Amino acid sequence: MAPVAAVNAALRRVPVWPLYVLGILPPVWLLWSGLADRLGADPVKVIEHRLGLWGLWLLVAVLCVTPLRRYAGLNLLRFRRAAGLLAFFYILLHLLTWLVLDMGLLLGQALEDIAKRPYITIGMASFLAMVPLAATSNDLSVRRLGAAGWRRLHMLTYPVALLGALHFAVQTKTWQMRPLAYLAVVAGLVALRLAWLRAPGLAPGRRRGA
Amino acid sequence: MMPQHFKPDLRWSDTTPKHVFLNRRRFIAAATAALAAGPAMARLQTLPSAYSTDEAPNSLEDITSYNNYYEFGTGKGDPAAAAGALATSPWTVTVDGLVDRPGTYSVEELIAGLPLEERIYRFRCVEAWSMIVPWAGVELSGVLKRAGVRPGAKFVAFQTVMRPEEMPGQRSPILDWPYREGLRIDEAMNPLTILATGLYGEPMPNQNGAPIRLVVPWKYGFKSIKAIVRISLVADQPPTTWNMMAPQEYGFYSNVNPEVDHPRWSQATERRIGAGLFAGRQDTIKFNGYGEYVADMYAGMDLAKFY
Repeated sequence: MAPVAAVNAALRRVPVWPLYVLGILPPVWLLWSGLADRLGADPVKVIEHRLGLWGLWLLVAVLCVTPLRRYAGLNLLRFRRAAGLLAFFYILLHLLTWLVLDMGLLLGQALEDIAKRPYITIGMASFLAMVPLAATSNDLSVRRLGAAGWRRLHMLTYPVALLGALHFAVQTKTWQMRPLAYLAVVAGLVALRLAWLRAPGLAPGRRRGA
Repeated sequence: MMPQHFKPDLRWSDTTPKHVFLNRRRFIAAATAALAAGPAMARLQTLPSAYSTDEAPNSLEDITSYNNYYEFGTGKGDPAAAAGALATSPWTVTVDGLVDRPGTYSVEELIAGLPLEERIYRFRCVEAWSMIVPWAGVELSGVLKRAGVRPGAKFVAFQTVMRPEEMPGQRSPILDWPYREGLRIDEAMNPLTILATGLYGEPMPNQNGAPIRLVVPWKYGFKSIKAIVRISLVADQPPTTWNMMAPQEYGFYSNVNPEVDHPRWSQATERRIGAGLFAGRQDTIKFNGYGEYVADMYAGMDLAKFY
C-alpha cells in the first residue's frame, strides 16, 4: 500500500469526537492561567490575541483540507467540520474576550468601534459570516440545503479567513512579518481555489464541481 | 574497649533538597554580583515631589516586563528578553545646537547637582493602556538652563542611541532609526518634564530606557524617548519617529486627549495594567490628568488639529 493510502486507512479508524474535547481544553487552560495570574502584566490581551490566533490557525487548517486531498491524496475531510466548528468557537470567545474583558462591556464604545475602526469592522464582518457556516455544520443542514447549495454557502469560508487575516495584519502599529505571513498564506489558499474555479482542468485528480 | 559500631541516623530526608541549594547558589551569585557592581547597584537617593500621584504604582515586574521599545522587538516581552545586551556604561549625551555651552557629558555630569526626585507619574500609552510608574529623575529644565538656551531655540530634539549590533530591532526597517523625538521649548522647560535615570529607587532597567530617558507624563508614552544620546536645541520643529511613520496617526504634540481618537482606536478610555482580568476600562483624562500644570501652554490651540 502506498504511504498516503496507509495514512488514509489509519485516519479512517481515528474517531472525530475527541477533537471537540481536545479543542475545548486550550481556552479553559487560558482562562485558568489568567485567573491564576500566569499570563504576565496584561492577561486580557494575551487571552484575546491567543484565541484570535488559534481561530486563524484552525481556519487555515480548514482551507488546507481540499488542497491536501488534491495534491497529496491525503484525506482529512472527516475532521474538517470539527476544525471549522472549533474555529467558530475560538473566534466567538475572542469576540467575547474583547467585549467583556477588553472593552469592559462599554457597549456604546464597542458599537462605535465596530462602525468606525476598519480593523474591528473587518473582524466583525468575518465573525458574522462564520455564523451561518457554524449553524449549517451538521448533517441535517447538508440534507436540507442539498450538497451543491451547502458547498456554495460554505465557500464563505474563504472570505472569512481572508478577512480574519486582514483583521490581524492591519491593527499593528507598524507592518509586522507574522501577521503579513498569515495574510500571504490565506491569500495563497484563496488564489488556489479561484484558479480551480476558473480552470477546473488544472486541478489534478478531481472532477468539476466536487 | 570495643569500638562503638557506627550507626547512621541521617536519612535522605535530612539532606538539602535540590531546589533549596539551587536557590542558595542563586542567592550567593546575586549577592556576589551586587558586591562586584558596588555603587552602581546602590539605591538612588531621591527627594519626594509634590507632582507625584498618590495612586498605587504598578509592580516592578509589570513595569519591567511590559514594554514598548521597538529597538528590541515589537512584542511587549521582547525588551525584557533582549535589552540586557545594551551596554549602558560608559555612556555620553551630547548637548548641542542653540546653546551657549555645547558639549558631550557622561550621564553623571549631565545631571550633577540637580535634585534627583521621585516622580510617581501616570503613564498613558497611545495603545490605550496605562500604568503608574515611580520614576527617579531630574527636571529637564535644569539640564537645559545649565547648557544655556539661546533665544532662537524654539524646540528640543532628542535622539536614541543607534547600535544595531546590540539592538536587534534596529536591524530591520520597522521604524526610521535612530528613534527621534521632540518637544516645544515651553514643554521641555515645564517642571513635569524629567530626564529619568531610575525607577523604584533603583538605576533604570535597560528595558525601560537606561541609562537616561525622557518622561513627559501628559503625552502618550512614545514621546518619552529612551536611551538618549543627543539633546539638540533647534529653531524649527524637529522630525519625530512615529510622526514620520504615520503622520495621520501620531502627531508631533501627542498630548493625551480622550476627545481626539487615534484613527484606528478610541482614546476615550484606557485599561490599567495590573488591575486584573475583570477590571474593565477607566476614562482617560485630558492631558493624562496633568491639565492644571500644562493646559495653559496650549491655550488657543486647536488640539484636534495639533494632535
